[in-house]
Amino acid sequence: MDTSPPEPKLSALYQELILDHYRRPRNKGTLEHPTYAVSLNNPLCGDEIDLQLLVEDAVIRDVRFVGRGCSISQASASMMTHLLKEKSVPQALTLAGRMSAMMQGDDAAAKDKALGDLRALAGVAKFPVRIKCALLPWNALTDAFKSRA
Amino acid sequence: MIDAARCRADFPLLQGQEHGHRLVYLDNAATTQKPQAVLDAILDYYRTTNANVHRGAYGLAIRATEAYEAARERVARFLNAWAPEGVVFTRGTTEAINLVAGAYGRANLRQGDTVVVTAMDHHSNLVPWQILCQEKGAALRMVEITEDGRIDLSDFGQALERQPKIVAFPYVSNSLGTVNPAAQLIRLAHAVGAVVVVDGAQSTPHLKVDVQALDCDFYACSGHKMLGPMGSGALVAKPALLEVMPPYHGGGEMISKVWDDHSTYNTIPHKFEAGTPNVEGAVGLAAAIDYLERIGLDAIAEHEQALAKAAIERLSQIDGVVVYGPRGHRAGVVSFTYGDVHPHDIATILDQDGICIRAGHHCTQPLMRRLNVAATARASFYLYNDLEDVEALATSLVKAGALFGYVPA
Ligand SMILES: Cc1ncc(COP(=O)(O)O)c(C=O)c1O
Repeated sequence: MDTSPPEPKLSALYQELILDHYRRPRNKGTLEHPTYAVSLNNPLCGDEIDLQLLVEDAVIRDVRFVGRGCSISQASASMMTHLLKEKSVPQALTLAGRMSAMMQGDDAAAKDKALGDLRALAGVAKFPVRIKCALLPWNALTDAFKSRA
Repeated sequence: MIDAARCRADFPLLQGQEHGHRLVYLDNAATTQKPQAVLDAILDYYRTTNANVHRGAYGLAIRATEAYEAARERVARFLNAWAPEGVVFTRGTTEAINLVAGAYGRANLRQGDTVVVTAMDHHSNLVPWQILCQEKGAALRMVEITEDGRIDLSDFGQALERQPKIVAFPYVSNSLGTVNPAAQLIRLAHAVGAVVVVDGAQSTPHLKVDVQALDCDFYACSGHKMLGPMGSGALVAKPALLEVMPPYHGGGEMISKVWDDHSTYNTIPHKFEAGTPNVEGAVGLAAAIDYLERIGLDAIAEHEQALAKAAIERLSQIDGVVVYGPRGHRAGVVSFTYGDVHPHDIATILDQDGICIRAGHHCTQPLMRRLNVAATARASFYLYNDLEDVEALATSLVKAGALFGYVPA
């Protein structure tokens, strides 16, 4: 049983950077001519995301999302879209893999500078039921590349 | 009020801790904890009585059958059913409603007919009717709710003008805590010739129910929400309706004679209980009913109302908290939101203080759309909760707000 005081864990989870992305999401909206679009929801808690990407020459030129959900899912979406711009599709998929590793508690992934602001979400790994929130936009991303707009 | 601390002593799980805190279990609308008496009854059944029911010719099988049928009689007395034959054991409310839709509905609904449900129905009292209506080419009419979370009686009246064949509604809403005027709704629906299905998942555990006084046609409930085991529950129905209904599931136990190409069916309620039943569930449910009646359903209802009232008052003092549902008479279910703190985040933060609440749409997505929220946080009380739990909830909620930058009240 976990008897450690809860506050440090919680304040690691709800860092200012996360709340900032939650309240002022980057790249929120829709694209006029997306090349990839996908909608994903988490039926358990109702988190939703519509993700759109504009990919040219296998490079993500633009990316937008519309979503509703908890701070973790929305911050993750905001940070992800920020990170993905001008990344190639293989690079994006590699980042999805790093993100997933970080959620499984992989310390090296949690220190990987390539993940940018997303490293602030490392604390989610200690809250197993919330991992799917953090991964929702990333799952939308990998789904998107399986389906054309 | 009930001596909740004394009740808690009867529940082994509630002696435990969560994240180093006393466990404050406030998710009783989802499922309840089980008293030792229920655990003992289940263990005792397996230790002394277990055999397949209605089949064996030996003493043990006869005793198992007697225990199972005694549980049926216990449920019948508890709800003042028309007869023990009017009690069909099911896996719970969901299966009971699917049984009504799949057997009664399939046999009686025609193209162009109407089924009436409400905007506060749980998915389990909505989706089975959607499936049935789609299959039959029938119309599904959803009755609107009022601003304060009650069934809109004038819209209910308008829906009845279509002379629906079936009217379904929840006695108590699992998301809003609304206690619907069931007897009145049933009278109105009967006046236009409808058969009435009452979702009793949230009423049976929390208030005294008399199905004959209500005069509904079908009443569904879940054992696990009333201190009983998971996978137990019942459909209580007017025996005359069950008599003429076709079976739901086919298999052993529900038949009378089986030929190569057809069968005749057993008498009610066995006609609707195909296969080996959940005997431990029935026996555990009977023990749960004994426990509830020892405390008294009226005392339980009063206790929960007091807790709900205190919770609403206390939560309303916190700047940014919005409480949903009626302000006056209501059950012990309190749904709320807190500023832009998502309910899922609230639940995670409260969990760290040992407080279990539900966050989400509570299987009522049409209702959430009408409330204009994606989700709510929900605290729901039972006989083992007390004012200390309400205070723990409020204190932890203030903490959640502080993490999101809200100034504590
Ligand atoms: C109002 C209402 N109806 C139906 C159900 C479904 O009950 P069960 O899952 O036990 O079948 C529930 C509980 O989840 C409920 O609260």
